[in-house]
Amino acid sequence: MSVKTLTIDGKMVTGIAGETIFNVAWNSGVRIPRLCHVGGVSDVGACRLCLVEIEGQKKLMASCMTNVEEGMVVRTNTERLQSHRRLILELLFAERNHICAVCVMNGQCELQDMAEELGMDHVRMRYLFPKLEVDTSHERFGLDHNRCILCTRCVRVCDEVEGAHTWDLKGRGVNSLIIADLGEPWGQSDTCTSCGKCVQVCPTGALFSKGRTVGEMRKDRRFLKYIVTAREKHQWIR
Amino acid sequence: MTIEELSDIQEQEQARQQKLANRIYCCTAAGCVSCGADRVRQSLHAEVKKAGLQEQVEVCGSGCMGLCSQGPLVRSAADDALYGHVSPEEAAALVSGNPVDRQLLAGKRIDTTAPFFALQHKIVLANSGVMDPEILNDYIAVGGYQALAHAVTELSPPEVIEEIKQSGLRGRGGAGYPTGLKWELVAKQSSQIKYVVCNADEGDPGAFMDRSVLEGDPHRVLEGMALAGYAVGAQQGYIYVRGEYGLAIQRLQTAIKQAERADLLGNRVLGTGFQFRVDLRIGAGAFVCGEETALIASIEGKRGQPRQRPPYPPESGLWERPTLINNVETFANIPPIIAKGGEWFASIGTAGSKGTKVFALAGKIVNTGLIEAPMGASLRTIIFDIGGGIPDGGRFKAAQTGGPSGGCIPEQFLDVPVDYESLAKIGSIMGSGGLIVMDESSDMVDVARFFMEFCMDESCGKCIPCRVGTVQMHDILARMTRGEGTPADLDMLEQLCTLLRETSLCGLGQTAPNPVLSTLRFFRHEYDAKLAASRGGAQ
Amino acid sequence: MDSLIKKPRLATVWLGGCSGCHMSFLDLDERLIDLHQMAELCASPLTDYKDFPEVDVTLVEGAVANEEHLEHIRHIRKHTKLLISFGDCAVTGNVTALRNMFGVEEVLDRAYRETSTQVIGIPRGNHAVPKLLDRVRPVHEVVKVDYFLQGCPPSADKIYSFLMDLLAGRQPKVEERRFG
Repeated sequence: MSVKTLTIDGKMVTGIAGETIFNVAWNSGVRIPRLCHVGGVSDVGACRLCLVEIEGQKKLMASCMTNVEEGMVVRTNTERLQSHRRLILELLFAERNHICAVCVMNGQCELQDMAEELGMDHVRMRYLFPKLEVDTSHERFGLDHNRCILCTRCVRVCDEVEGAHTWDLKGRGVNSLIIADLGEPWGQSDTCTSCGKCVQVCPTGALFSKGRTVGEMRKDRRFLKYIVTAREKHQWIR
Repeated sequence: MTIEELSDIQEQEQARQQKLANRIYCCTAAGCVSCGADRVRQSLHAEVKKAGLQEQVEVCGSGCMGLCSQGPLVRSAADDALYGHVSPEEAAALVSGNPVDRQLLAGKRIDTTAPFFALQHKIVLANSGVMDPEILNDYIAVGGYQALAHAVTELSPPEVIEEIKQSGLRGRGGAGYPTGLKWELVAKQSSQIKYVVCNADEGDPGAFMDRSVLEGDPHRVLEGMALAGYAVGAQQGYIYVRGEYGLAIQRLQTAIKQAERADLLGNRVLGTGFQFRVDLRIGAGAFVCGEETALIASIEGKRGQPRQRPPYPPESGLWERPTLINNVETFANIPPIIAKGGEWFASIGTAGSKGTKVFALAGKIVNTGLIEAPMGASLRTIIFDIGGGIPDGGRFKAAQTGGPSGGCIPEQFLDVPVDYESLAKIGSIMGSGGLIVMDESSDMVDVARFFMEFCMDESCGKCIPCRVGTVQMHDILARMTRGEGTPADLDMLEQLCTLLRETSLCGLGQTAPNPVLSTLRFFRHEYDAKLAASRGGAQ
Repeated sequence: MDSLIKKPRLATVWLGGCSGCHMSFLDLDERLIDLHQMAELCASPLTDYKDFPEVDVTLVEGAVANEEHLEHIRHIRKHTKLLISFGDCAVTGNVTALRNMFGVEEVLDRAYRETSTQVIGIPRGNHAVPKLLDRVRPVHEVVKVDYFLQGCPPSADKIYSFLMDLLAGRQPKVEERRFG
């Protein structure tokens, strides 16, 4: 295991070859914003919030998809990055009907957190107000497309950790939708094991447990670390 | 088939064709087929039979002969005459060698000394009008597969790559990456399994270069791919062709079968130890699958979405193996380069851009169709000399190159040489070769809106800037064209341009702002005029 | 004791919202007295005014949902130095904008026919009931807004610190302010 030394926001840090900039940064106390990343499943680099500047590279790189290199000089919080991130969040808020005041995740939502963290105080573009369904066909859970940011955490955890691959996407662009199996109502899915992992990793109120009202939903993703540790190190520790 | 047999077939077929009194080539590309070329061809066959000339006159198909606006096109080899707008009733006159009959067709004869023909330089399209794309022997007769034969017997893989490097050929898909370097990158990988992929997912609005090459000369593309396979050490090739190209798919299927049967592809290429197979993969209609990582995902059977590069496909591509991906036109350039040498190819074009480029001329231009011009020809030459200028006495306003990733070039740059560097300098790109000409009646804000609508519809939805940014940009542009835009809208539009360029995951999103940026750069007054005339809005 | 320097003039208005933001404002409780020392409250939904007065600062609760709101907010913009979107409805449209997923007709049908025990008819925009806009808009889509105070409602603490900063001539902090 070779060790790589690099600079992140002026701070000398070390990581192991093959580790991502994102992980090394967080391990050394530099919080890079993110929405599609969740520890324990693969990364896709889709939300673009974790983009960083790397000296000597023209392009901004998704830190969750870029491995550390010796001598790298990384900047995670420049004015340019901050302004890009705010604009990306505005795009997200304008895309679907994220009405925090009437959401089960109000107060616990990662999208809400991001807006606060990045100082996004209003949306400068027009809201799109798409007409979207809420799938409550499952006995225990619900899927509210109005709240979905298409981060695909649910798709990945279902595929990679549960091994069911119930979730996937249909459509494209702004019309993309998370679907169960081949577009059946969730409650009729043949592959869903009702394990609830997707609900726990969902950053917003898109996936929720039934019976929760505004602000009552709590999500706990410590189980992911538990499973991943068990798989990789064969240690069943909480 | 061995190499000796290949040469024998070439000689025999050439001799056979020379003995014919005439060979009549009827265009079978999609453009001419859609305006009735099939009926013309049937009629020609019937007339040959009626006249009892089956032994002397042969009627066959041909690839795109360029002047699509005058289809159906028919070429008579005996007198080297090209006829346009041919109707089935004129078949008898075409079959007959009688000069009086021919006189009936005088009005339909196209002057092949006109600038449209004289100023073109055909390498990729060299075989259009002289061979039938569905007959293997026709391709062999014009020297087909000789380059492959030469390479597998007389050249080592590094020598093939050296020849390509020397030629200065750059990728014809749009980005213009040096082909030889790409091949070398793949060749250097130590993996036992490698792939060669032909990107035939041509999707730019108004572009049909690759379709025409596939329809008109499919074996040339197969030969180019086989040469690539030999050079980089791959044994399997895939052609990823868009599902809308039915005719191209059919011709490719025919060509692959023919080539496999003749040992030009397969386990023993030309009787040597070199193995190379080609399979088709049909796209389901997503523009983004022309982006190489999305294309790879699609071939693998996954959702056609791009992923971050690096790793680049030459290191880790299809099924995580080293993969060479080139565009149709790039592969079509390979056989002549190997046959005639890299130096010959490098003698054509400009310092940084060698060879020729095929363009699909569309929009407000007299000669809509397919042309091939040497790199460095000016836009003026392409549009006014070859293209015949603007119809109905219209005035040129702008030319759009590079499709939704490209830009609009205004009148003051008409004399800029068309090559990779010069176009980039004026805010456009070479792209894959679509060239849309616009006259004074075009509203440039609406043009930008049109391309943004295309990008919005084609965004895969994976990354947020492209998925939602294109929608917001389109909404702003639509508001502006309706006269409802505000200065704040224009400001947001420019901010989104920067955002998409700098933060989108793949090329589609990164270049989606280009039509807006280039119209803002050269036609900002049109945006300003719309704002000034605007009714609603804040403040 | 009032200072000799003229106090800044403050107004609050209520457009398409539930008045929750004003309730939260009243939750300032005894701090209302501090506020009174810093500013003069010239107009609010609780005061009767015929013409909106000239003021320095206006807090706008609610989204722009009908023609009256539109006219009102345009008028206010001309008579206030600083305009503050006060609460999520003003900032984002929030619950008021939930109707934007449907057409105006659908909404009116639902409200005045389907769910009404006594069907009188749909108001079509008259002196009593202003016409609905085709789309509920956040305030900044209609007029220039100087500051945004998120929350549904913004808590009394946040309102207080925001106003204290503003009235003291400081740049109000944006940290720790969230939607919802």
